[in-house]
Amino acid sequence: MKNKTIEHAIEAKAFGLQESRVDWHDETLWFIRNKRDKAALSVPEWELLRTYASAIKDHTLSNLNEYLMNFERQAQKNNVQVHWAYDAEEHNEIVFNILRKENITGIVKSKSMLTEECHLNQFLEQKGIQVTDTDLGERIVQLRKEAPSHIVLPAIHLKKSDVSHTFHEFLGTEKDNNDPQYLTSAARSHLRQMFLASEAALTGVNFAIAETGAIVVCTNEGNADMGVHAARVHIASMGLEKIIPTTADLGVFLRLLTRSATGQPITTYSSHYYKARPGATMHIVIVDNGRSRQLGNESFRNSLKCIRCGACLNTCPVFRRSGGHSYHYAIGGPIGSILAPNNDKSKNYDLPFASTLCGSCTNVCPVKIDLHDQLWKWRQVLMKEGYGPDSKRIMMKIMAFILAKPSLYKVAGSTARFVLQYFPFLVRIKAFNPWIINRELPAAPSISFTTWYKKNRK
Amino acid sequence: MNSREKILAAVKKNKPSLTPFPEVKFDIEKKQINELQSDFISVLQSIQTTVKKVNSWQEIEAAILLLRQKGYYLFNAIDEIENDRSLLTNQTKVDLESLDFAFIKGAVGVSENGAIWIEDKNFVHRLLPFICKHLCLVIEADEIVSNMHEAYQCIECNETGFGVFISGPSKTADIEQSLVIGAHGALDLTVYIIENPAEKSP
Repeated sequence: MKNKTIEHAIEAKAFGLQESRVDWHDETLWFIRNKRDKAALSVPEWELLRTYASAIKDHTLSNLNEYLMNFERQAQKNNVQVHWAYDAEEHNEIVFNILRKENITGIVKSKSMLTEECHLNQFLEQKGIQVTDTDLGERIVQLRKEAPSHIVLPAIHLKKSDVSHTFHEFLGTEKDNNDPQYLTSAARSHLRQMFLASEAALTGVNFAIAETGAIVVCTNEGNADMGVHAARVHIASMGLEKIIPTTADLGVFLRLLTRSATGQPITTYSSHYYKARPGATMHIVIVDNGRSRQLGNESFRNSLKCIRCGACLNTCPVFRRSGGHSYHYAIGGPIGSILAPNNDKSKNYDLPFASTLCGSCTNVCPVKIDLHDQLWKWRQVLMKEGYGPDSKRIMMKIMAFILAKPSLYKVAGSTARFVLQYFPFLVRIKAFNPWIINRELPAAPSISFTTWYKKNRK
Repeated sequence: MNSREKILAAVKKNKPSLTPFPEVKFDIEKKQINELQSDFISVLQSIQTTVKKVNSWQEIEAAILLLRQKGYYLFNAIDEIENDRSLLTNQTKVDLESLDFAFIKGAVGVSENGAIWIEDKNFVHRLLPFICKHLCLVIEADEIVSNMHEAYQCIECNETGFGVFISGPSKTADIEQSLVIGAHGALDLTVYIIENPAEKSP
């Protein structure tokens, strides 16, 4: 069943070796979480907004086929070509065929987690298409041949000096000039040339409006708009769960999205694309890739309400200390750990275990996804289907056996206290007891709780 | 069965039973026009935007004239005053690349987040608000609304092929979370608020 996946815990350990970097990563994401709190508290109707957003998404999912067909009809009225992709491969083929028909050999992209999920860049590059990511963070990781480590902050795992080295190597910037203003300006000039030369632009989709057939894309950098308006072909890739019923619903979602993501009141640009300009063409690719299956699973369908704000990543104590790459999936953190096993259990069986189940993710989610409950439910599914590690399964069986028999439990308890008191080195052997790695054991009590209770009961 | 049919059939089969669409209603106190404007200005200032209050459209014309006299490459797309709209249509992206200033009239301003709605009929060429170095948006004081819900009630969303809320200059914090103003879009933003829109120029 299991394959060569390098498990989250192992990747996390590697990330943890650079202590000062881990501290910076941890503190920076927590700082963003605090900005989110401030922004949320400044809106008195915040909780009501979350309630409405959740209910609108619930309603949309409960009538999704109708909304999808309506969206398609309206988009076609706007002369937009709508394509349907059952899986990642079909999505990639569709994008490639559009480019081939138009004789286009290069494409500029703005941020799209869906194309990460589909591994579009690698696919197109193998076909000889030049792909340029234009979001600054994504361009940095693309030049370094890495994946984004965070859905909103793609290069959050890197320091200025890393970016400086990369830009010196690829863009010819001054060696060791670490000034972010200087580096950003160099990237701006470099990508301006790409925008001016490119004939096709690919964007993601934040929201797709069934009522009008329009799509909305949110950026701070303006790269989506520079790409789309400078090109003659616009391809927008969207997961089928991006649908919302009406334009008015954007009022609810745009108020929540960026406040939850970074604590900004709104992104610099919230772009509404209805029709291509004269002489240009617009395509929308609607992608399933396992989403309709997730919709049919009562335990996990709520994850389809996600608007990709990243709040659950920023607040997660595990994500903050293990880094996005340890999740080995396009989307990391709590939401990624719910989406990934649906995509491929054999590759992502470890991810629902990368959580303390503290529930902080659920508390900050703008669309009220029950994230920590779903992680817990995935664990049960995965253990039942045999994906869990043997050590965990055996331990659970022993525990269940002991806990089911009070007399045995008493013996086990007193043995444990005895060992802890007189032979503590035994439990300090890390190979037998991974719990003590990075942890101090508490002192063992001299008597059991049952004995204490009997003595002190009035 | 093609992919479209396959997807729609799976969605139909797997979707949960119908839940109602919520009635989105807020019990929020209406703000006075002065308060809307002062909130709008303070949000804009917090996102590195220059705000200039002016009394009339003539002052906008004067500002444009001054910039032209200084030798800046400028396009003015504002219909209310003498403009370059007819010139704009035929500009290529390469022509516009060196553009210094763009003047565009905003349709609605949003007090809660400093966003200003513009659509392509306001700026003729879709690249204009993004490709210029210095973006100048002009808004009449009585077109500032409280929040996004009110803003969407004022926008004719189906009429235009493209529309955008712009809030501040383009920016990024992708390099070690250091905020840098000026990413791919405009390097800075100036918002002109016309205080007495009633006295419109003829």
